[in-house]
Amino acid sequence: MLWLLIEVEFLAVVLVLVYVGAVMVLFLFVVMMLDVQSESLKDDFNRYLPMGLLLSSVIVIEIVHVVWFRSRDVISVLLPQSKPESYSNTQALGGLLYTEHVYAFELAGVILLLAIVAAISLTMRRRPGLKVQNISKQVQVKREDRVRLVKVSPSKDS
Amino acid sequence: MITISHYLVLAAILFSLAVAGIFINRKNVILLLMCIELMLLAVNFNFIAFSRMLGDELGQIFVFFILTVAASEAAIGLAILVVLFRTRQSINVDELGTLKG
Repeated sequence: MLWLLIEVEFLAVVLVLVYVGAVMVLFLFVVMMLDVQSESLKDDFNRYLPMGLLLSSVIVIEIVHVVWFRSRDVISVLLPQSKPESYSNTQALGGLLYTEHVYAFELAGVILLLAIVAAISLTMRRRPGLKVQNISKQVQVKREDRVRLVKVSPSKDS
Repeated sequence: MITISHYLVLAAILFSLAVAGIFINRKNVILLLMCIELMLLAVNFNFIAFSRMLGDELGQIFVFFILTVAASEAAIGLAILVVLFRTRQSINVDELGTLKG
């Protein structure tokens, strides 16, 4: 929403899609899979609360001091003037992404593929006693492994 | 009128919330991962604000790649978390100090 306000429409929509569609679903799945008991969370919370509050308030105060009070006249002068009506944020991003930065774009694809492979190979486990097909074993089988010639003598009385 | 400074302050607040979350929470690795995501989001806010202020779309390209890396990092982190829970039966941060460096 805030990104839409400063006319970064494509990334705003992509952010919602990625975070709702991928990250939130992943987190929900993991929270569902692991039944974590959270009784003893309270005492630790109170123990580390002052430290965390102190550190975060120091960060906020410092950045607000720099951004809001020190360089307010520098930054506020340069208001983001709105683009003309024919400007398309998606088109501009695509024009940059597919021409100048196509190498980095492909690298991002490789990173995603790496994430898929890593996640699957980490969480996959071989269960014993599972009946699966071993295809290479099936293909490499010889005639001698399967067929047994039995010599039957025909001259038995029967 | 919303200026760039508002965006930068909001990003600072988001980032410090994430830092406070990492400091306060000593039990749950899932919350740590969420705090890291929140940090990346704050950085994205800064990138967007400055990209818009300078009129340069390169910052938005960079946000795109940060999003990619954040998503894959969440996927791998959660996979490691699942494996960890399978072997240790807990995701407590305090009990993870078995690697005596």
